[in-house]
Amino acid sequence: MAKTKNDLLPSEGGFGNEPLLAVDNLHVEFHTRAGVVKAVNGVSYSLSAGETLAVLGESGSGKSVTAQAIMGILDMPPAVIPKGEVRFRGTDLLRLSEDARTQVRGQRIAMIFQDALSSLNPVFTVGWQISEMFRVHRGMSKRDAMKKAVELMERVRIPAAKQRVNDYPHQFSGGMRQRIMIAMAIALDPEVLIADEPTTALDVTVQAQIMELLADLQRESNMGLILITHDLGVVADVADKIAVMYGGRIVENAPVHDIYKAPAHPYTKGLLESIPRVDLKGQELYAIKGLPPNLLDMPSGCAFNPRCPYRQDNCVTDVPPLHEISGVRSSACHYWREVLDGS
Amino acid sequence: MSSSVASPPQSGGRHQKKQNDKPASLWSDAWYDLRRKPAFVISAILIGVLLLMAIWPTLFSSVDPRACDLSVARQAPSAGHLFGRDNLGCDVYSRTIHAARNSIVIGVLTTVLVAVIGGLLGMVAAFYASMTDTVLSRLTEIFFAIPGILGALLIASTFRDQINSILLVIVSLTVLSWPMTFRIMRAAVITAKNQDFVVAARALGAGPSRLMFRHLLPNALAPVIVVSTINLGVFIAAEAALSFLGVGVQSPDISWGLMISDARDRFLDAPLPLIFPAVFLSITVLAFIMLGDAVRDALDPKLR
Repeated sequence: MAKTKNDLLPSEGGFGNEPLLAVDNLHVEFHTRAGVVKAVNGVSYSLSAGETLAVLGESGSGKSVTAQAIMGILDMPPAVIPKGEVRFRGTDLLRLSEDARTQVRGQRIAMIFQDALSSLNPVFTVGWQISEMFRVHRGMSKRDAMKKAVELMERVRIPAAKQRVNDYPHQFSGGMRQRIMIAMAIALDPEVLIADEPTTALDVTVQAQIMELLADLQRESNMGLILITHDLGVVADVADKIAVMYGGRIVENAPVHDIYKAPAHPYTKGLLESIPRVDLKGQELYAIKGLPPNLLDMPSGCAFNPRCPYRQDNCVTDVPPLHEISGVRSSACHYWREVLDGS
Repeated sequence: MSSSVASPPQSGGRHQKKQNDKPASLWSDAWYDLRRKPAFVISAILIGVLLLMAIWPTLFSSVDPRACDLSVARQAPSAGHLFGRDNLGCDVYSRTIHAARNSIVIGVLTTVLVAVIGGLLGMVAAFYASMTDTVLSRLTEIFFAIPGILGALLIASTFRDQINSILLVIVSLTVLSWPMTFRIMRAAVITAKNQDFVVAARALGAGPSRLMFRHLLPNALAPVIVVSTINLGVFIAAEAALSFLGVGVQSPDISWGLMISDARDRFLDAPLPLIFPAVFLSITVLAFIMLGDAVRDALDPKLR
């Protein structure tokens, strides 16, 4: 692939055993008038080329904030990153200058968002917006960039791309808009794509199409994909591994099949049990009792302890470390053995 | 009028048209609305005539506005001199026509300067927020505290010997008027800034200048355009006020305010030299304010 990439970061090779992207002990706080909100408390995960990592968690678990910290699009202030590293090919992005980070964004790490309508600029045609990527970052002429835009729209399977390239975002359906966002995100062949709840705003049939599209694009280009979601059903088919977040921490890391077979954290277990299932029709749907933790006032010990059916005395006093279960699995629960056996 | 005939083709017709046409953007939609507004059409025609007057005054009058003859001062209207003659025996009609240029030049240039200065600073303040915003906003408030025409009077009378009088009017009006545009632009950019597409553009590698000029400006421009169109009329009136007070346009330049001021002394003997420029001034100001209103309705249907 002949790409004109900037020289700020090492390109392929030369980063030893480093994964493509590694988040290491990341902390993010928001300094608000009400106090310090600890949104992310020591999150670590890694991603290799061609791999799909699903980051799972409910609202306020810190999954989106982690992604925004990777992209460097947090508003600082109020956000502060007191600790941690985000290594992309061995380089800590958090220590790069703003100019250097702008070079990384879009070209090497790109991101798509939940609501594709509001993520597109309403006053420009979609063709203009997609071709902007080529004009700005590749210095292409208007005509060449427009041609590339049509190609991209075909690549994300927008029917009649040639005719629709001059339409405005509001003239597209939700699924088509998300395709356009994806086209913009993959325009410059990024090595990592972060998708922040890409299908939440779409209806179910379209959700499946978008997930399939993402999986296909990833296969074609071998990029790493971080899929942020709260929907376990969405990730089952596409993800390689799952990181479950709760209260700003990762509570369980596992390959996707292991987690569905036997979760090792009570929160993951609760999530799995609360998926509606056809064979349990008529029975009451399980719900994790209680509410997500208040990030201003976290429970002592394990953040999940007020809601946990496995709670013992030490859960209230000791923060459980991330116990390694096997080479690829870990769980932040004192009683992971019981959880694993019990299911 | 019977409504039974018109209703179905009307709605269908418009819809059809939109589908065949190029896709409707905010601006093409606004243009579609505008063309159908009598207020817009009338003000546009008036402004067209005024612009013509400003560019080629000789199209309307072949009489030299500076050829004055004291012996025929305050002569009543006649065939050759439609509006009669003023205190100095100059042709009122010709002077009224020739004054349009200064009034419109002052109005347009002040509006452009105010929109550019206020708009840019407002955008920068909203975009960078924190310190930049605080400093710029406090600066704006200082200017806001100066009472309008009094401040312009002060500036214009202080520098009247150093600068060309028309330029001076433009500068003094601009200095006192940019804060309003600043505030409008700042508010509009703050609203636009929090929208997802700006975050998305950042996530795809857009730098600050691209974010400001490509993503924020087009989405925050509408209110500034509206206020600017209305302001244009206001500035023309302000120029007349300054000239009337003797610190605006200076003779031998011609302006409506100056003509009104000159004719004021003998108004009871000869009212026409005051009435004609005053009517032209009113029509011009009205035309621009009407245009601004129509543009506002078209660009911001919520205000209707």
